[in-house]
Amino acid sequence: MSPRNGRPNVPVTIDGQDVKAFEGESILELARRVGVPIPTLCHLEGLSIHGGCRLCLVDTGDHKLKPACATEVTAELDVTTTNAEIREHRRRIVELLFAEGNHICAFCVSSGSCELQDLATEHHVDHIHYELGYERHDVDASHPKYVLDRDRCVLCTRCVRVCDEVEGAHVWDVAMRGNEARIVAGMDIPWGESSACTWCGKCVVVCPTGALSFKGRATGEMRHDPELVAFLARARDEGEWIDRRAEA
Amino acid sequence: MAATIDLDDVANVELEARSRFTHRALVCTSTGCLSAGAANVRATLEADLTEAEADHDVQVVPTGCPGLCSRGPLVTVESRGEESTLYQYVDEDAAHTIVREHLVGGAPVEGGDIVPPDIPFYAKQHQVVLAYAGRIDPDRLEDYVAEGGYRALSKALTSMTPEQVIEAIDASGLRGRGGAGYPTARKWELLHDAPGEHKYVVANGDEGDPGAYMDRTIMDSDPHRVLEGMALAAYATGADKGYIYVRAEYPLAIERLERAIRAAKRAKLLGRSVLGTGFAFDIEVRVGAGAFVCGEETALMASIEGRRGTPSLRPPYPTERGLWGAPTMINNVETLANVPAIVGKGPEAFAAVGTETSKGTKVFALAGSVTNTGLIEVPMGIPLREIVFDMAGGIPNGKAFKAAQTGGPSGGCIPAAYLDTPVDYEHLRALGSMMGSGGLVVMDETVKMPEVARFYMEFCRDESCGKCTPCRAGTVKMYAFLDRICRGVGRKRDLQHLESLCRTVRETSLCGLGQSAPNPVFSTLEHFREEYLELLVEDEEFLPAGAAPTAPGAPTDEAGAR
Repeated sequence: MSPRNGRPNVPVTIDGQDVKAFEGESILELARRVGVPIPTLCHLEGLSIHGGCRLCLVDTGDHKLKPACATEVTAELDVTTTNAEIREHRRRIVELLFAEGNHICAFCVSSGSCELQDLATEHHVDHIHYELGYERHDVDASHPKYVLDRDRCVLCTRCVRVCDEVEGAHVWDVAMRGNEARIVAGMDIPWGESSACTWCGKCVVVCPTGALSFKGRATGEMRHDPELVAFLARARDEGEWIDRRAEA
Repeated sequence: MAATIDLDDVANVELEARSRFTHRALVCTSTGCLSAGAANVRATLEADLTEAEADHDVQVVPTGCPGLCSRGPLVTVESRGEESTLYQYVDEDAAHTIVREHLVGGAPVEGGDIVPPDIPFYAKQHQVVLAYAGRIDPDRLEDYVAEGGYRALSKALTSMTPEQVIEAIDASGLRGRGGAGYPTARKWELLHDAPGEHKYVVANGDEGDPGAYMDRTIMDSDPHRVLEGMALAAYATGADKGYIYVRAEYPLAIERLERAIRAAKRAKLLGRSVLGTGFAFDIEVRVGAGAFVCGEETALMASIEGRRGTPSLRPPYPTERGLWGAPTMINNVETLANVPAIVGKGPEAFAAVGTETSKGTKVFALAGSVTNTGLIEVPMGIPLREIVFDMAGGIPNGKAFKAAQTGGPSGGCIPAAYLDTPVDYEHLRALGSMMGSGGLVVMDETVKMPEVARFYMEFCRDESCGKCTPCRAGTVKMYAFLDRICRGVGRKRDLQHLESLCRTVRETSLCGLGQSAPNPVFSTLEHFREEYLELLVEDEEFLPAGAAPTAPGAPTDEAGAR
């Protein structure tokens, strides 16, 4: 989020609370600023908007629920960030994410540092009503430093975006479609053979689950640090690395 | 060669040339008849005529689709001053006979396999879009011009302002033929008002519903009509470039469109100065790569740009930020094919057909358990019963009608009780189905509706792009529930979970594919719920009545997995 000029002056009602939003601010940005929690998964401050996880859907009085991450506020907008129906949809989406992959926390490197786990706790997902889908994909352990376990991937594409938009290497992409969709390095080559990869590890630190992890971590030992991206993006926007001595 | 062509000259030369022939044999060379052996029929006709030294008096013309696909190959014989004769199921032997008795002999084949000219299949049609299909050679610009083609474009460029063209479309009441029925003029206005140096017009020919082939036939039978419609749209909106997005599974349509574009450029009907008026417009064909979801406009644009064909969030709408950031308008092929007729003959003639809210005609592809399968163009508001029982000839083998499916995987099933429903946007939606692009699949009494729902869900599962969670994972799980029910091992709880999951997928998916994927389930459940219930196995009542199916702590069976 780049710093905004001036004062917020767009009147918006969010969960019954009258607040002022900045022009062009998204519902999610506003909600976070005024302390209204909206669950997210694919969204990450500092990266472009994806809009794929569908967890941040809110009711704006429109005939369709809107993704808070991608919907700009308008004057007099009345947002309901949660109600029984929305809660039920979100719970079911989290359940679907669990059912389609290998999300058995007891075996996962990221247990305790996992956004999917947090979402499950928050939405009271304590058992799954759907047939479990894994195992569908393989593990790519070809990189000397990192591991990709595709069955733990929720296809949030944070790794794809951070590699392209922040690191500028564009190692990652999504291949195939639907249930077969998966993250691939290069033109679907083993990660370790990708000459584009700079070993920076940004994809690993932003991963919300245990899909990307440092090699050699045991169960529950992996710690992610997604806020790093917002820090980098802000620092870059503000030109913190530019040597200003010459100018002075 | 003069700077621009004189359309009337071209037409006169063409008509003059035609009048020299005593007979013209029009052989359907659209996809259906070609696969039934039309190429061989055409070769036989030509060889026999050469042998009989009659090839100066008789012309063999490869044409587009006359519509009656199930009776192909079809050959129409047009004779000077007489009514034309339509031969069905023409094979090599029949071709020999047609040449001997009709084309050389001069009289229709005695006892030949002739389609009566007054059968309801044709009598009840009102052809606007398909007016020239089956009558002209799609590969010849001259044929289209001889029927009056490109006159609407010429009229608009020389005597109408862009605003007047939009007004004409508005007055006609034309709505999008891709299924949603958005007023076409409204879309054109948006692009017209959008600021920008470059603007794009896109024809959406990524038709992919099972059993639908309207757009394919329009493109491979009358490609110039699509080009003219696009040129008119571009003139009205200020666009300078057009794309026709065609799925790769339509090789014939792609070939003919590309040939038509080349011919139109040579004749200066496309290019830097169309008909010498200074209006610049160019068209390119873009071929899909086998993804149904690319019919969704944001995914389609991504595909044209060479990116992965996944939908993106709207707003911004394509008219604000479309191809390469420029304002873009996407119209269905059939919508655009209506435009030349509206501009050429005036909006009143178009609006005279149809109902209050749905004007004009709609092309339907008949498929399933009906006697005549093929392509028809009917006035909006015609009762479904007339289409199924009169035009399509009813259900073969004495079976009873069960349901008609419209709108493909986004649509729903219409049961026998609603056969008298007028076919238009509002009535079909009220029934839980939709107009869709025009696929109409008729099912007889032997069809099991849960299996129909499973079939469409399998289609959506395989075609989901995987971007958003509800559609990617939800279609897999909905299919699994439907499969359990169809295999006779489903329990009441499976049906409850299926319904609640359907609601979530409908409400939360990113694009139309996911939002409408549950529709076949909803509509079959609404009209045929007892068929689902019959398939369920006895369920011990674990839950107190009225409890939520997902109540924490409820025991699960093996279906509940963990």
